[in-house]
Amino acid sequence: MSPASDAIDRVIRRGRAIMVAGLLGVAAVYVLSLGFTPPEASQGLAFKILYVHAPSAWAMETAFVMVGLTGALYLWLGDRRLDVFAEASATVGMVFGAILLLSGPIWGKTIWGAWWVWDPRLTFTLLLYLLFAGYFALRSALSDPVERARFGAVIGIMGTVLVPFIHLTVYLFRSQHPMPVLGRPPCPPDSPNCAPALPWVLLRPLLLSFVAFTTLYIGFVTTRYGIGLRRVEEESRDAG
Amino acid sequence: MSLRRAVLAIAAKDLRIEWRHRTAFTSAIVFAVLVLVVFIFARDEGSVSLAALAPTVLWVMLALATVVTLNRAFLLEREHHALEGILLAPISPVALFWGKWLANLALVLVVELVAIPLWVLFFNITPDLRILGTGAVAILAAIGFTAPGTLFSAIAVRTRFAELLLPVLLLPFVIPPLFFAAQATVRLLEGAPVSDLIGWLRLLALYDIAFLALASILFPAVMDQ
Amino acid sequence: MTPLRPPVVEVRGLGRRFGHVRALRSVDLVIGEGEVLLLSGPNGAGKSTLLRLLAGLTRPDTGTVRVLERALHGNPQGRSAVGFLSHQTFLYDDLTARENLRFAATLHGIESAEREIARVLEAAGLLQAADTRAGVLSHGLQQRLAIARATLHAPALLLLDEPFSGLDALAADLLRRTIAAECARGRTVVCVTHQPAEIWEIATRIVVLDRGAVVFDAPRPPLLDDFTATYRGLIAA
Repeated sequence: MSPASDAIDRVIRRGRAIMVAGLLGVAAVYVLSLGFTPPEASQGLAFKILYVHAPSAWAMETAFVMVGLTGALYLWLGDRRLDVFAEASATVGMVFGAILLLSGPIWGKTIWGAWWVWDPRLTFTLLLYLLFAGYFALRSALSDPVERARFGAVIGIMGTVLVPFIHLTVYLFRSQHPMPVLGRPPCPPDSPNCAPALPWVLLRPLLLSFVAFTTLYIGFVTTRYGIGLRRVEEESRDAG
Repeated sequence: MSLRRAVLAIAAKDLRIEWRHRTAFTSAIVFAVLVLVVFIFARDEGSVSLAALAPTVLWVMLALATVVTLNRAFLLEREHHALEGILLAPISPVALFWGKWLANLALVLVVELVAIPLWVLFFNITPDLRILGTGAVAILAAIGFTAPGTLFSAIAVRTRFAELLLPVLLLPFVIPPLFFAAQATVRLLEGAPVSDLIGWLRLLALYDIAFLALASILFPAVMDQ
Repeated sequence: MTPLRPPVVEVRGLGRRFGHVRALRSVDLVIGEGEVLLLSGPNGAGKSTLLRLLAGLTRPDTGTVRVLERALHGNPQGRSAVGFLSHQTFLYDDLTARENLRFAATLHGIESAEREIARVLEAAGLLQAADTRAGVLSHGLQQRLAIARATLHAPALLLLDEPFSGLDALAADLLRRTIAAECARGRTVVCVTHQPAEIWEIATRIVVLDRGAVVFDAPRPPLLDDFTATYRGLIAA
């Protein structure tokens, strides 16, 4: 086994360890939110989905910004590993997005009786998901790995600059309704104003969840990055 | 070789070629009219007034028409590898971006010049100064659609699925300018004061500047071989 | 000691790979003014890649390539020294011959463009067809127009990538005469071809590439037949 191969294995192992830590964190969030946190006044049990939603959205956005950043670095430095990382981050981001888009409607149905509502977080997730989809559509349409990396980086950078505009659009789109801010529960569309900021007992699972999901993101991306590196190594070995 | 001369030469060349057979222009107009007609026929006359539908239809029409015209830009360089002929010349690749963008913008503006009066006609909009306001929004929106569109069409044309990939890539980028433009149009048609409008126009202008700059900076990386 | 004129082309340690394929491996080449270099070699040897690197269309992975002491990739200004002709014509079917040349002239910033365009149109025997759309012209006439386009800006270095492929006798003859005329003007020519007979007499030097490396580099031997035997021996090795 070559030293490079050993290094890749170390990356994967480290990634898996972080992933496990993240999963334990998420389990802790579940325990804390279901066992030790009272139901919220206006939304009852269904409120708790916030503990999964908000951090997933955060992880998804971080994932895309990382795609843009590593893309920019790739265009500057030309190191292929930066592209492998970008692809890993995009894959993980898309997974978080899928979780959100699947669980969001469940929440929506419970709170508001509709499978889809244009609530800010769901709308934002959808638009970001479209960005990821475009990124992968482009990568799969290109056969040359250098082109894939270069054009992927261009899309990543464009998308990262678009993210603030998406935030703006979503914010203005729902400007008739108060916006959910960290610590404030999201409001149903027909209520005139929001409940006051979250008390500590409702807030602490959310904070724990942010830490857990960030850890999970790091773990997933590290593992996927390692797998990506191994694939590249195998490719170059096959080509001789 | 000044940048300005190269940009104008490329834009002029594109427009001259488009004028010779007018395919992109014609398909865009046909598409726009199709959208207009479909919305009117599909409308439930009792519950949806023409006035309520008007801004929506305008922007669906213009957004789709823009996407139809965008692919033309780099497809035409494919025959005989004309693009290489340009890349071999002593001009910066950025000149190619600006030339292509200018030609795209000109084309979209001409399409808008035909489509907007049709929209005014079909939706019984009183032709007054508000039309000029709509025109201003249409120009800003056209810039917002064509800036990332020109960059992405250069990328999409390198793949096997250019016509499919361009809309997929462009879609998320069209949503913010579309939203700002639609909001501005709604307020225009309601007769809202200019102060309401300015905010939306400023957002559109901000988007335009940001993405024109970014697309022109990233374009050489796409041309690189 | 007479001062040496700088070489028109200077290539040192040039390497280029596409994915896992090494198109060129550490090529060294110096071409002086007025040389007519015939670049030969089997398919996939890297000849077109080398030409594209010389034209600045692609960037090297390793090593350097300079034309008139300038690296052309990412450096547009230096490209006015290079003219490129390949089996792709770089023409727009919907523009007339004259309009195609006018566009090229503007891109190259040529002063008194109309005069230069008239010159190359006449040299290419295209005056009659000047206002016909390029798409309507016969293949032979299109090739002549491509030659005109490549020489319009009077480049110091002319790069030809398999220019004789698919040419009819008339067009091939015109191309030969054009190359000879450029040489008479002191230009440098690099010609990639599978038909060395086409420009054997004009060539001054032969370079053979095989699998990305230079395997033969010498002044042109007097007889083509002798060279063909040498060539077969080189490639078989």
